[in-house]
Amino acid sequence: MNCKTLEKRTLEAVRFLGIEATIEKLEAYPEITAYCIMRTPGLVIDEKVVVAGSVPTVDKIKELLLVHQG
Amino acid sequence: MKVVEKHPIGSAVIILPLWIIMYAILQRIADALIALTGLPDGEHLTEALRFFVFEVPKVLLLLVLVVFVVGIIRTYFSPERTRSLLGGKSLFVGNILSSMLGIVTPFCSCSAVPLFIGFVEAGVPLGVTFSFLIAAPMINEVAVVLLFGLFGWQTALLYVGTGSVIAIAAGYVIGRLKVEHFVEDWVYKIHANPTALEEIIPSFTDRMQSGYGAVKDIVGKVWPYILAGIGVGSGIHGYMPENFMAGLMGKSVWWSVPAAVLIGVPLYSNAAGIIPVVHALLEKGAALGTTLAFMMSVIGLSLPETIILRKVLKIQLILIFVSVVAVGIIMVGYVFNLVY
Repeated sequence: MNCKTLEKRTLEAVRFLGIEATIEKLEAYPEITAYCIMRTPGLVIDEKVVVAGSVPTVDKIKELLLVHQG
Repeated sequence: MKVVEKHPIGSAVIILPLWIIMYAILQRIADALIALTGLPDGEHLTEALRFFVFEVPKVLLLLVLVVFVVGIIRTYFSPERTRSLLGGKSLFVGNILSSMLGIVTPFCSCSAVPLFIGFVEAGVPLGVTFSFLIAAPMINEVAVVLLFGLFGWQTALLYVGTGSVIAIAAGYVIGRLKVEHFVEDWVYKIHANPTALEEIIPSFTDRMQSGYGAVKDIVGKVWPYILAGIGVGSGIHGYMPENFMAGLMGKSVWWSVPAAVLIGVPLYSNAAGIIPVVHALLEKGAALGTTLAFMMSVIGLSLPETIILRKVLKIQLILIFVSVVAVGIIMVGYVFNLVY
């Protein structure tokens, strides 16, 4: 449930900002936990964990994308 | 809800007095509603209805307040911080601390696997991790509110106390058994990327917003269970003959405690659905220890959670975990049947 919402919102935020991004959804535990994520769902931007255990709003995701964009 | 989230502190100042007034006049409203129906006092149907009309709003009001406060308290604890507090702690002290933190740290059994791995990764001993995994689902605010609302503060305290003892003792026993090799091998092979989540310290407004968020989330999810649970409870309350349960769940029936646990373990319900039903059974002659044991096994041990944990634990360890906790619950049940 939550992970689908997060995926949808992330797609929406990326589309809104018009940035080029590869979005990958990791669902296997070894991959998830390799990022030190202890609460699902999590959002990782450029290999950096920015969200764990909550579903931020689309606006919040846009903000995170802008801050963490290289 | 939007306005409340925008002005969290101002809203609390307005909502709190309203809450107090509502709570204070609840009994009068319920009696007035029953009087309106024109049903004769003392009849089964009247009493069942009165119970329902009074208890449902009472429990919901209590739940809103407690979930809000706990939602704020939880912002001071995160699994990441709990993990660093528990890393390298010795067995007994670690088990106590872990059970306490299990009560206040935000936890959802859907995240049991990443949490387990995170703990093991950070060097939290296996037994200490189990104390957390036992306390976190068993002792939660919804259970405490329902116990307080329907049974009174003594029973609520009793539940929290015995639940903690079980979590501490079971975790300690599992730690002593040295069963590390029954954890799935891939768990130890993970080497987490050290760029962990940077922690942003929330402002008090943020914390208040988390409180409202928790109310929306938790109360929004459990209210149908409360309606159903109290509905069934009122039915039992009004219609089941006195002492009906004495022969089945009574004190003199020695096998009732293990039977209650055996039935309770695979049964899965949240606290909101099961506690009102159990409350009504207690009134009809079920013994307190048996009732407590049934409740704990339903809430604390669940089939879905063990299936989730099977991903990181070999079947032997799953069986050890469930049996150690079940034995603890049975012992608590017998002790309370003896004392009361």
